[in-house]
Amino acid sequence: MRMRLTLTAALFLVVRVWALDGDVGLHDPSTIVRDGSRFYAYATGGGLPVSVSDDGWTWRRAGNVMQSLPDGKPGAEVIARGGNNTWAPDVMKVGDKYFLYYSAPGTQPKSAIGLLVGKTLDPSSPDYGWTDAGPVVWSDGVEDSNAIDPGVFRDPANGSLWLTYGSYFGYIRLVELDPKTGKRLYPQRTPVNVAINSEASIVIFRDGWYYLLVTHGSCCAGAGSSYSIRIGRARKVTGPYLDRSGIDMLQGGGSLFLGSSGRMIGPGHFGLLDLGDGIQKFSCHYEADLDRGGISVLDIRPLLWRDGWPMPGENVAAGNYRIESARTGTVLELAVEGVPVGGRRGGPRGGGAGGRSGSAGPGRGDAPPPAPIPAQEAPQVAANWPAGGIDARLAPYLLQAQQHWSIMPATSGGGYPGSPYFRIAVAGTERSLAATSEGELTVLPAFTGAPEQLWRIDQLADGSFRLQPKAVPGAKAPMALSAIGASSPTLERVDAGADRQQWLLRTP
Amino acid sequence: MCATAAVCAALAVGTGAQGIPVVPTIARPSTATRSAGARGFLQRWLILEPIAVPGQLSDSAVRTTVSRDYFPGQLTAMPRDGEMVTVDGKPLEWHAVDTTNYNVNLFHFAAGLKKPTSNVLFWTVTIVRAPQEVPDSRLAIGSNAASIWWLNGQEVISLFNDRQTVIDDGVSKRVTLKKGVNVIRAAIINAGGATDFCARFLDADARPITGLTIDLAGISR
Repeated sequence: MRMRLTLTAALFLVVRVWALDGDVGLHDPSTIVRDGSRFYAYATGGGLPVSVSDDGWTWRRAGNVMQSLPDGKPGAEVIARGGNNTWAPDVMKVGDKYFLYYSAPGTQPKSAIGLLVGKTLDPSSPDYGWTDAGPVVWSDGVEDSNAIDPGVFRDPANGSLWLTYGSYFGYIRLVELDPKTGKRLYPQRTPVNVAINSEASIVIFRDGWYYLLVTHGSCCAGAGSSYSIRIGRARKVTGPYLDRSGIDMLQGGGSLFLGSSGRMIGPGHFGLLDLGDGIQKFSCHYEADLDRGGISVLDIRPLLWRDGWPMPGENVAAGNYRIESARTGTVLELAVEGVPVGGRRGGPRGGGAGGRSGSAGPGRGDAPPPAPIPAQEAPQVAANWPAGGIDARLAPYLLQAQQHWSIMPATSGGGYPGSPYFRIAVAGTERSLAATSEGELTVLPAFTGAPEQLWRIDQLADGSFRLQPKAVPGAKAPMALSAIGASSPTLERVDAGADRQQWLLRTP
Repeated sequence: MCATAAVCAALAVGTGAQGIPVVPTIARPSTATRSAGARGFLQRWLILEPIAVPGQLSDSAVRTTVSRDYFPGQLTAMPRDGEMVTVDGKPLEWHAVDTTNYNVNLFHFAAGLKKPTSNVLFWTVTIVRAPQEVPDSRLAIGSNAASIWWLNGQEVISLFNDRQTVIDDGVSKRVTLKKGVNVIRAAIINAGGATDFCARFLDADARPITGLTIDLAGISR
């Protein structure tokens, strides 16, 4: 058993180029919700701090929730059932209302989860404001439950609304909510226990399975936090939730979904962010971002699905890649005459079918082995590339310089949930991939930062990527890079079911 | 199945150069017009007997080969079945052919004529009638080997290097298929081995366009 400590020192402005930008220092984030064109996240802290982003990439603080309440704090009944703290909220739009559930712990495990109801998340709207709807669930300090960490779930199968909650003092519990009021639908019923020894629970649904995501381990100790996100699944929302090994989460089960890695320690508080068009992401916080001095930060990552289980994807990292069509197996290249790596070999057939001359096969006797052939770099072969704009095309991958692309975050280009926009240029050159006003592709001699040269790269559920220009001049709908032919790329309207819009980013 | 006069006669021999039975896949057109098939493939073409060229298939080599003037109007004239042109002092004949497959087998075509199939350039042309204008369509081709394609006089596709015919390998940028007559012309270079091509149009959603009619007499001369 542990007791969570209130965070006070982890929330301050840090700006860097990579892994969400702006003021992303927060703890116990809610599910990220989009209202209009903006994204909102709520977190642990005085009055429930609000984070807002215009693009899902750069975040800023926008006051706190309790500012809009008459007393600037939870309602009296919530405080009476729990306490005066405001932690770990979750939010969902149901009908034309937003339900914001928050933890109001006292001396744990005496805690309560309160409900606020609002019409909009936009603090600048004349309709903005939260109304206290009182406590929804609570724990009396003795029972095997600690009523904090709400996670709200709308069942797409039947529209029913559910709340999971709990933290280490006993069970993770599930109650059904009334979609009209946000309060318990059957307050007389005993909550259903669905997991134990965890917190930050939430349910998601896909293809007939209910997935319960929880957080195991310890929080609030910076780089010493052992937080990890765990998962089990069930055929019914009420469980039983079994992990990949078949262990019931009520008996301590929970397969690892996401643990510490790289420079990020202690992920917790999963939240689903479904962006539509086949793109799902998830939010979480890390207890410690080593690149930000070890503070707790928000992150957004792709959500993949494999063998009926969600998997954490990776936001694209800067580097050199070959961009391979998942449909055709051919790779994007600058449409210039390629030079075989190591130089031309063979006879005068010039690549004609069946030409095998020049190959170094067996029977070389005692001759020393041939020397390694170094990788081909653009400066070795680019002298004959035409100036000006050049088409892009697809071709079999032959490790040639015009087939390698440098993908780098574009400074000041803005971003989208999880990533900045990228510049895609032939590696070792300034030649940058761009959209044309005809909805086709060109490779321009230099990068200008224009929207048609900025690329959004989203990882899809199967692990492949979709590449979209930030803007296509004159286009009315988002367009994506498409392998419309084995040798021919183009831009087409985004189609979540089109395999020609799926790409693999592989290191050369 | 009846091949063009010369091709049919040659294929009627029944065996290829190595004693392997030759399967004829091309025939002389027996109707005035032909509709694009259910999958949109254009299966009627005029093909000029092969021209001997270096079998070089790189971008620059193909450009060099195709840019040469072989006969008058090679990028503008609409030939007729049986029409003769002279290339390097040798008479070559245009043949109208239908293919029974989605693709046009140039190896069958040339072998049937006892013509070389390696290190050759084929010129081919067809006329497609569209019942209405089709904006944002695309010509989609596959070729063995390198090829360059023109639609209504504009180059729209180029494929280089040794390659096999793959459906929708080279796909043009968006073009407008005119109401009425549209001329598709191609130069296909083969270095060695099999040689063939296929072609169709795709609509704005990349679906085959099937409501087209191939009419080799579609242009008055």
